[in-house]
Amino acid sequence: MMEACVVGASTGGVSALRSLLRGLDKGFRPSVIIVQHTATEGFNVLVDLLRDSCVLPVSEAQSREPIQPGHVYLAPPRYHLLVERQHRFALSVDERVCHVRPAADVLFQSAAEVWRERLAAVVLTGANDDGARGAALVRSLGGTLIVQDPQEAEAPEMPAAALRLAGADHVLPLNRIAPMLLKLAGRANA
Amino acid sequence: MHLTDRQDIEVALFTEALRKRHGYDFGQYAPASFKRRVLGLVTALHLRSVSELTERVIHDETFIHSVIERLSVPVSELFREPQTFVALRERVLPELASYPHINIWQAGCAHGEEAYSMAILLREAGMYERCQIYATDFSDAALAKAQEGIYPAREMPLYLENYRKAGGKARLQDYCTEKYDLLKMHDELRANITFANHNLVSDGVFGEMHLILCRNVLIYFTDPLQDRVLGLFRDSLVRGGYLCIGIKESLSFSGVASDFQLLSRELPVFRRTAPRNAP
Ligand SMILES: C[S@@+](CC[C@H](N)C(=O)[O-])C[C@H]1O[C@@H](n2cnc3c(N)ncnc32)[C@H](O)[C@@H]1O
Repeated sequence: MMEACVVGASTGGVSALRSLLRGLDKGFRPSVIIVQHTATEGFNVLVDLLRDSCVLPVSEAQSREPIQPGHVYLAPPRYHLLVERQHRFALSVDERVCHVRPAADVLFQSAAEVWRERLAAVVLTGANDDGARGAALVRSLGGTLIVQDPQEAEAPEMPAAALRLAGADHVLPLNRIAPMLLKLAGRANA
Repeated sequence: MHLTDRQDIEVALFTEALRKRHGYDFGQYAPASFKRRVLGLVTALHLRSVSELTERVIHDETFIHSVIERLSVPVSELFREPQTFVALRERVLPELASYPHINIWQAGCAHGEEAYSMAILLREAGMYERCQIYATDFSDAALAKAQEGIYPAREMPLYLENYRKAGGKARLQDYCTEKYDLLKMHDELRANITFANHNLVSDGVFGEMHLILCRNVLIYFTDPLQDRVLGLFRDSLVRGGYLCIGIKESLSFSGVASDFQLLSRELPVFRRTAPRNAP
C-alpha cells in the first residue's frame, strides 16, 4: 500500500498541482511531498493557492519535521528537500541539481530509499529534465512512477525526460492522476 | 541486494575509515544528504565506487584534504537570507553597541561570504573597530578561499539584490573591486576578521562571544550533534548574547532549546537565557 507520494513540477506546475490536489479526498492517507521550481518570490502565494485547492492540510516542509500521513508538504524555496529514514525531513543548501534548488531528483532519490515499493512518484509539466534520475531510482526500488502525458503537459520536457530515462508505470493525462493515486492508496471506490 | 543498500554499507565503511584514519567523524551527519555528497565525490573523481574512495582515504596521505573540501558544501552568498541582516541591524547591533569590545563567532564560514557581509554591516553601524569576528570552518580549503575573499563576478546581481534587501546603506561596489570576471573584497574589511579552523564535531569553546552566527550548518547534523553544537554555543555566549541560525532552521527539536529565547517569531535570532555551563 502506498505510504507516500512525491511530486515534481516546474513550468506550468502551479495550475497542474492545483488540479491534482483537488482530486484528493479527506480520507487520502499517504503523505504528499511536492517540489515546484521557480516559486521563490511567490512561495507564500503558492502555499495559499494549494491550500485553497485541497481538503488536506498543506504546509511548507520544515527541517527535521516528522512527516505526517494525509498531509501535503512543499519544499521551501532555495533549499533541497530530503527524506530521512525516520520519516523526517532534512534540508540542504548543496549545489543546484539540474540548475535548480529544490530539485525533484534530490527529493525522489531520498524518498525512494526510504519508502521503496510504498512510494509513488509523479512527474508533471516542466521545461527541464529534473526528476528523471530520481524517477529511475523510484522504479528500480519498486515504487510506482506516474508521468503526466507529455502531449497534454503545458511544458512537455520534464515528463518526456522522465519517460526516456525511467519509463513509467502509468502515463496519464492530468485529470486521471489523482484517481490513480486514490487507487494506489487503496481508495479506489472513494 | 539493491545497489542503494550496498552503497549504504560502503558509506558506513567510508565514514569509519575517515574517523579511524583521519579523526574526522561524520557519523552524526544527516544520512541522506551525506550519502548524496559521498556519491557526488565518487562521480567527481571518476571512481567506480565508494569502496575505491575508502581505499584511497586509507592509503593516500594527502587525499583527505580534497575529500574534506568536497564534503564540506561551501555554498554561500554575500548577504544570504537578507532579512536576517535587517534583524541584526535593527534588533541586535543596538543592544551590542554598549559593549566596549564585541566578539562575534561565525561558525561554518564557507568561502567567507557571511563574514565579509558582517564586516560591512558593522562598518555601516559604526561599530566595526570595536569588533572581532572569528570566522571558522573545518575545511582548510574553504578557509584559504575565505581569506582571499574573491568571488565570481557573475554572482554580483544576486549579491546586489541581497544587499539591497538587507537594507545596505552604501553601494556594494564600494566594498569590492570588480576585475575581469572576479570580485575582490577590500582588505580593510578583513582587518578584524580571523579565519581559523574549528570543527564543530570535535573542538570546544575558544572564547566568550557576544554574537554567534551559524547558518545553514545545523541542517546537515542529526539531533545529537545539533545538541552538542548548540551546547557549545550556549557555553560560549555571554548571558544575553545572541545566536543567529538559518531562516529554515529551528531549535524546536533540540534539548537545549530552553536555554535560548526567540527574539521574534519570524526570525531565527535567539538570546541566551540560561547561565553559562547550565546542565
Ligand atoms: C552551506 S555552508 C553555510 C555557509 C554560510 N554560513 C551560509 O549560511 O551561507 C556550510 C559550511 O559549514 C561547514 N561545516 C560543515 N561541517 C562542519 C563542522 N563539523 N565544523 C565546522 N564547519 C563545518 C562547511 O565546511 C561549509 O563551509
